[in-house]
Amino acid sequence: MNFSNEQLERYSRHIILKEVGAKGQQKILNSKVLIVGTGGLGAPAAMYLAAAGVGTIGLVDYDKVDLSNLQRQIIHRTKDIGKDKVISGKETINEMNPDVNVITYHEWISSKNIIDIINDKDYDFIIDGTDNFPAKFLINDACVFMKKPFSHAGIIRFEGQTMTYVPDEGPCYRCVFQDPPPKDAVPTCKQAGVLGVMGGIIGTIQATEALKYILGVGELLTGYLLTFDALKMEFRKIKISKRKSCQVCGIHPSIKELIDYAGPQCDLKEDHK
Amino acid sequence: MNIKVNGNDQKIDREYTVKELLDVLNVKMKEYVTVQLNDEILSRDDFDKIIVKDGDTVEFLYYMGGGSR
Repeated sequence: MNFSNEQLERYSRHIILKEVGAKGQQKILNSKVLIVGTGGLGAPAAMYLAAAGVGTIGLVDYDKVDLSNLQRQIIHRTKDIGKDKVISGKETINEMNPDVNVITYHEWISSKNIIDIINDKDYDFIIDGTDNFPAKFLINDACVFMKKPFSHAGIIRFEGQTMTYVPDEGPCYRCVFQDPPPKDAVPTCKQAGVLGVMGGIIGTIQATEALKYILGVGELLTGYLLTFDALKMEFRKIKISKRKSCQVCGIHPSIKELIDYAGPQCDLKEDHK
Repeated sequence: MNIKVNGNDQKIDREYTVKELLDVLNVKMKEYVTVQLNDEILSRDDFDKIIVKDGDTVEFLYYMGGGSR
């Protein structure tokens, strides 16, 4: 292990933890995490993972920073309005921690690019910080096919949920939610609103899961759906089971190829109306 | 009879199918809710066949998007 003096000091509060130590910090520095969406969830997740010293962070987003993002997407600043989110995110991370190599993917994920993006750096863990169901199901299916662990999350109003998929160890997102809901059946943050801190709370849990996975410590939210109600200040950890009839990870999977449900591009166009 | 719904005790007057229970309890977004009965996630096609009995544990799980924009 070759830590510089600066690294020893920067990560001293990690290294002193018996669950981390110098070995664990080295694992973090060697790790590669892909964050899809640099919004409400992805922003805080990226920032904590960068501060922790995750060696390679991939950021995927095609969007540009909008004034209405800044109430919760804390990786972006007022000066960044109009900038590509991946560039703004990369700049913030570089300022926070020079140990992190940020790879940017200025594109929307689809069946055509997601496997290449994950393979690009052979990412160890994927964080779903997207805001739409086509992307959430695409990430799930790609991770099941590629045997990659990932953290799902969603936030709306004063509520949030998250679960962690680990290949062969528990249910996938599709075990719980079989298909995407019809468009506009479930409100988005834009339609329904979201308290800014929700992304911070849930996105930071996603970052915690990534770090625990990298370190191999503790118990992940695999086989559990964690729900959070900020108004009641209540967390519930709901045990969930693998569904034998799951279309993608069940006994007789019917989905063998990635599916592009209605693309996020449509939403983007609507955004700019 | 008593069942547990999303962690809370709930009294119901008799056994119901899952489909009926969604109406009786006035569950929100009943067309899209995922139902887990005693640790088993149910297929939507079975909602009108499976009966919720005394002592059962029911979880209603909701889609949650959000996150980015």
